[in-house]
Amino acid sequence: MNDESKPLSRRLVPYWLMGPGLIWLVLFFVIPLYFMLRLSLESGTLETGFEFTWDWANYSDGWDRYSEQFFRSFLYAGTATVIALIIAYPLAYAIAFRGGRWKNALLFAVVAPFFTTYLIRTIAWTTILSDDGVVVDVLKTFGILGENGKVLATPSAVIAGITYNFLPFMVLPIYASLERLDPRLIEAAKDLYSSSRAAFVKVTLPLSAPGIVAGTLLTFIPAAGDYINATFLGSTNTSMVGNAIQSLYLSLRDYPTAAAMSFILMAVILIIVLIYIRFAGSEALMGDEEEAT
Amino acid sequence: MSLRGITKRFGEFTAVDDIDLDIKEGEFFTLLGPSGCGKTTTLRMIAGFEEPNAGQILVAGSDVAGLPAHKRPTNTVFQSYALFPHLTVRDNVAYGLKRKRVGKDEISKRVDEELQRVGLAAEANRKPNQLSGGQQQRVALARAVVNLPKVLLLDEPLGALDLKLRKGLQLELKRIQQEIGITFVYVTHDQEEALTMSDRIAVMNRGIVEQVAEPVEVYERPATTFVAGFIGVSNLMPGVVRSLSGDKAEVELEAGVTVSAEANGLATGEQCHAVVRPEKLFVAKKGEVAPQQGADAQSVDGVVASSVYLGTATQLVVELRGGSRMTVLCPNTDESERQSLPGGGAEVSLSWTPEHIHLVRESDSERATADHEALGMDRSAAA
Repeated sequence: MNDESKPLSRRLVPYWLMGPGLIWLVLFFVIPLYFMLRLSLESGTLETGFEFTWDWANYSDGWDRYSEQFFRSFLYAGTATVIALIIAYPLAYAIAFRGGRWKNALLFAVVAPFFTTYLIRTIAWTTILSDDGVVVDVLKTFGILGENGKVLATPSAVIAGITYNFLPFMVLPIYASLERLDPRLIEAAKDLYSSSRAAFVKVTLPLSAPGIVAGTLLTFIPAAGDYINATFLGSTNTSMVGNAIQSLYLSLRDYPTAAAMSFILMAVILIIVLIYIRFAGSEALMGDEEEAT
Repeated sequence: MSLRGITKRFGEFTAVDDIDLDIKEGEFFTLLGPSGCGKTTTLRMIAGFEEPNAGQILVAGSDVAGLPAHKRPTNTVFQSYALFPHLTVRDNVAYGLKRKRVGKDEISKRVDEELQRVGLAAEANRKPNQLSGGQQQRVALARAVVNLPKVLLLDEPLGALDLKLRKGLQLELKRIQQEIGITFVYVTHDQEEALTMSDRIAVMNRGIVEQVAEPVEVYERPATTFVAGFIGVSNLMPGVVRSLSGDKAEVELEAGVTVSAEANGLATGEQCHAVVRPEKLFVAKKGEVAPQQGADAQSVDGVVASSVYLGTATQLVVELRGGSRMTVLCPNTDESERQSLPGGGAEVSLSWTPEHIHLVRESDSERATADHEALGMDRSAAA
């Protein structure tokens, strides 16, 4: 049946259903975005007032002054994402395939940290990683850290904090994709001469790829713009672009540059994500193998 | 291929109990039985997905028990097909050959051949979810057969398809089996399917094999009451062996007559059941013998309990003295004949030719079933 044959009111139903979401997006995303874009092209100071002047220099200035922070942001976010993936995949796998009747309890344990606010959790980490804390003690005992070594206020602390805070966003999508996987497919792979390892690489991994992609995006995107972890667990030498934008807004009151920086951040994330999805969606990751011999 | 003393226990429950089977090369061998009889467990042990608690599995002379599934010379067609959803039809079929490191050219040649054989050459580049159930089934078959296994294991491969498609694929499966000459071990609970396709059938119940024989044998001369009941309609008349003369036994039936039939190893005084298949029974008015019957016909009296029109035949259920119910199929070849069939409540005489009566023992497993049920044991664990 084609659409024309339905009465108009019926054809409008999908749009009505989309309505509230669309209005929300326009009010709280598109319109603010427009004002931010405008702001990023204004010049002046808080005292003299800002004026719209197509001041593209905000972008180049911002990039020049804070390129170090940009670089650091993506380095930290990328590292944290990779570490989170390495921790999350086996965890999700174990819950999905070996969880048995403990499945729900284990999933709850993954989500449990969310019952405390982000800020409190991160501040708690300052205690864990403090110079006289247990982590530093253990690392010193094993000689991994020197006598005057510290963890807090180092890049490691920031990356560890980000990894911890975003881990559930990695675990849950991977778990969801593994949970859906029919165990008979793994049996079929073994029946067709795959060892356990080959069955994992050729069947389990490609079929959980959507979960991996979702998890890495959910971790990487907010991590790249994060400033809480760098604020509490880092030092001035580990500040990320989020910190730069925060101080431009709240301390230096240089709104146009702050807005320009936000747009640069958004654009860079968008480009990275598009490239990533392009790669992730390609045959290479989906297991359409050309035997690598 | 042979199974020697194969036993599989899941906790307290014995799924497969000391089974011995010899399957000939190139044979279409069916494991037939109700759900929970151990047929799928047996198949999974041959494939290597379950390890037997005891016994040997000999494939082409060597014991494969203990080998992981991927090192066994068997391939499986799964009930749910278990096609890889992320791979195309072609890559699904090529999967096993790639793992075996077969050369690229040969892979593509054999995959093409196999897709041709199952009639899916045009669908080679589709994903499994773009195919119908019947097509997916063919892919599953091609994916297994292309590896030319020593033994192909099929776990209710047609179970998810509708009747018409199933009938067509039964014949096609049989054709493919004859064409490639691989040993098929086929698991099903559908007796008709088993009779249609198999060279030999092993009827299983409660973890043991009740009978291994050719389809005709299983149907015409069932070994036990369970086999008689599971294959076809259960037309059993209980009785006791009164005397033996040569290989004939005189059996006094509860229904009130004494008949003579092949003894089948029964002893004097032993309880047994007499089986006559529904299409071998003839019905006539009480005291008469159906006109089709010869002088040596045996007969027994009863009362018609129900009469159902089935299209090609009319099915009468006749209750005998002692309570056993016999199903009679009267072919609807002649309309006036059909109209003259006795209705419900009529007193009739059932007759059969002596060669069509067959004596069976009570199944050991039937007795076990009765015991288990008496003890209130959970049989669903068997599934």
